[in-house]
Amino acid sequence: MTQHASPPRDSTGKVPSAGAPPVRRSLIAHADVRILSLLGVLAALILIGGITRPDEFLDTRNLQLVLTQASVIGVVTVGMTFVIISGGIDLSVGAIVALASVWATTVATQEYGFAGILFTAVIVGVGCGLVNGLLVAYGAMVPFIATLAMLASARGLALQITDGRTQIVTLPSVLDLGERDAYVLGVPPLVMVFAVVTIIGWLVLNRTTFGRRSVAVGGNAEAARLAGIDVRRQRLYLYLLSGLCCGIAAFLLIVLSGSGQNTNGNLYELDAIAAAIIGGTLLSGGRGTIVGSVLGVLIFTTITNIFALNNLQSDVQQIAKGAIIVAAVLVQRRTASTT
Amino acid sequence: MAPEPPLLSMTTITKSFPGVRALDGVDLDVQAGEVHCLLGQNGAGKSTLIKVLAGAHQPDTGSIRWRGEEVTLRSPITAMRLGIATIYQELDLVEHLSVAENVHLGHEPTAAGFVVRGRAAREATAALLARLGHPEIAPGRLVGELSAAQRQIVSMARALSHDVRLIVMDEPSAALDPDEVDNLFRIVGDLTAAGVAVVYISHRLEEIRRIGDRVTVLKDGRAVAGGLPARTTPTRDVVAMMTGRTVEYVFPERPARDPAAGAPLLEVRGLARDGEFEPLDLTVRAGEIVGLAGLVGSGRSEILETVYGARRPDAGQVVVEGRPLKPGSVRAAVRAGLGLAPEERKAQALLMLESVTRNVSVSSMSRFSRGGWIDRAAELAAARAATRELSLRPDSPAAPVRTLSGGNQQKAVLARWLLRGCRVLLLDEPTRGVDVGARAELYAVVRRLADEGRAVLLVSSEVPEVLGLADRVLVLREGRVVHTAPARELDEHRVLDLVMEGSPAS
Repeated sequence: MTQHASPPRDSTGKVPSAGAPPVRRSLIAHADVRILSLLGVLAALILIGGITRPDEFLDTRNLQLVLTQASVIGVVTVGMTFVIISGGIDLSVGAIVALASVWATTVATQEYGFAGILFTAVIVGVGCGLVNGLLVAYGAMVPFIATLAMLASARGLALQITDGRTQIVTLPSVLDLGERDAYVLGVPPLVMVFAVVTIIGWLVLNRTTFGRRSVAVGGNAEAARLAGIDVRRQRLYLYLLSGLCCGIAAFLLIVLSGSGQNTNGNLYELDAIAAAIIGGTLLSGGRGTIVGSVLGVLIFTTITNIFALNNLQSDVQQIAKGAIIVAAVLVQRRTASTT
Repeated sequence: MAPEPPLLSMTTITKSFPGVRALDGVDLDVQAGEVHCLLGQNGAGKSTLIKVLAGAHQPDTGSIRWRGEEVTLRSPITAMRLGIATIYQELDLVEHLSVAENVHLGHEPTAAGFVVRGRAAREATAALLARLGHPEIAPGRLVGELSAAQRQIVSMARALSHDVRLIVMDEPSAALDPDEVDNLFRIVGDLTAAGVAVVYISHRLEEIRRIGDRVTVLKDGRAVAGGLPARTTPTRDVVAMMTGRTVEYVFPERPARDPAAGAPLLEVRGLARDGEFEPLDLTVRAGEIVGLAGLVGSGRSEILETVYGARRPDAGQVVVEGRPLKPGSVRAAVRAGLGLAPEERKAQALLMLESVTRNVSVSSMSRFSRGGWIDRAAELAAARAATRELSLRPDSPAAPVRTLSGGNQQKAVLARWLLRGCRVLLLDEPTRGVDVGARAELYAVVRRLADEGRAVLLVSSEVPEVLGLADRVLVLREGRVVHTAPARELDEHRVLDLVMEGSPAS
């Protein structure tokens, strides 16, 4: 039997090591690696677009179009990111966008002008979020089921309101927002809204108690409850936030398309979830970034644009999207396991 | 030396994970029919070693000989086919399947190759359960309905359903009551009498004395001693090998003043929950540590969680500093100055993906925020002050809490309540998962927090811990207080008698 000489120990019984500072450095490096790799993918896509369609892709109008298209789904994704970070899911975002867009464009609503449309879109979004939140937080329903039910109901209600017809917006004050004259220094107003929502989302997640509580609830709901956090109220707020983002997105869509349709926002839930996931948000909750999600949105929108410019059909786009989701998750799992 | 080769012989096994060398040249040999105990602190490499043995991890270097022949344990199936079964600490049973289905999972008796013969499986399971001394577990019941002890029996039946020559048991007694442990030991005895070898992992030295034949001690990924006689090696030596030090428990001195002098901070009046614990009255004064001693299932944790508002009481009330608490509200309890360090630290207290700072500040965020906006510099400074006061190591606030040792994770939980300005601390098994060497420091921290004028209510299944740390002890049995006395007037045997017999002799 042998007894090895013990290295010096601190009083917790652990060998004092140089572990602490490297852990911190590698964590920072880690977050950066994830964002950097997404930026790398985006850069590669821009390169591909620039090479395959040099004249069309890098044209200012095209870039403005890409960013405008990204704005609608991007705003939805910011809300979705919060919900997923908190350990939930919101499958109803696309349906809420549809319902808010048609409710805000009925003839009756349009009589109240610009403010009426904006107000209605936001209130309908928040209202749907309230129902989701009450069902999940206080009805103890599984988020998947509660928001699936909302998806079905909101789509149905949207169809009932429109009777399947496209509701044309006749208000110049709304339509003008999408026109080139409204661009400020070449930036479309819709893109500015997206940018503002992104910045606010980042600040709320990283600098406020609301963000901290969302992460805590998603990371360990029981621990959050025993630490004195009102977990149910936090969950309610998170679905309200997601609904609010859907309302804003619905307004952007109304401006963009000049109409409200019950088919709006089709499959937004999948696009938003996919963008959040390739952005590094854990589907199980507790971790995620706004920047990553927004980069995810930009990557998907850019791919769609490049495919369209190269006359590739949407079926090919769908396959590519699926492959990218799988690749992103695999890469993240690899980087995560080396922590 | 035995003329036959050992049943199992592992030589110079090494296994590294990124940043950690979990096993550093470990040797282990096991003879047929012996109980070979593995001892070591958390992180010594026990779990990694048994996972290598189970085929769940592949060693980086080293060789494994099984009945004299070199083998490669490529997967758990390979190990199982050779006759190596492992019963993990976190039981790996499927809750929604029946007992018989769990026992035969992966090797169901079938007809025509794919039709499961349910009756044959149930009969075989019933026979195995009878052999294990638990004929009362019906093979058709769902595992989710069984108690922890019964699940363990099912796990063992699953191991025995294979033609097994070596069973690895990872802390099998951790969730068991004494009479269940007796049954476990009887089973181990039957197995070894039939020539099966058992590799037995436990923290409890007295268990190793009772059933062990030989002991291998692991420390920092090395076998510091192999094949010692389990019954005769002095405890001092074993502890010294595990820890590199010779003391087992060191408790801080109790202050000289009268503990009854402090103002009552926590008063529990007639608190009860049907089927869990009977009406309970207790008072904890400023500066006092009151201990609740009792077995698993005696209602200890339930009492603590009900006082904290995590469970709603059926009767009675909790009064903090003279004011009754709103029942069943954790938030009201936290606002009134209560703090809980729960039993399952990782599942109930810590945000494992987050930094130390965020884990410490989570209950006091409103203090560093205005209108929901967090002043991160103030947060960092306050969290750092709290962790430094408790000597939490490493002293790096941004370190992820999951990288800390068990003792330091517990300190992070205590720092959370220190920062919150908590007046009443509820500690549920505060040293579970904490290295023996780090315990003394944690005891000193708890005593100091009490000396500073807090009231501490302590629950522990380790009687010496309650006796050594608490000023006053309440002994619980089946949800009822059977005895109350100053800790100085009790000893371990007396408490164990009370806990098991429940005769209030005084």
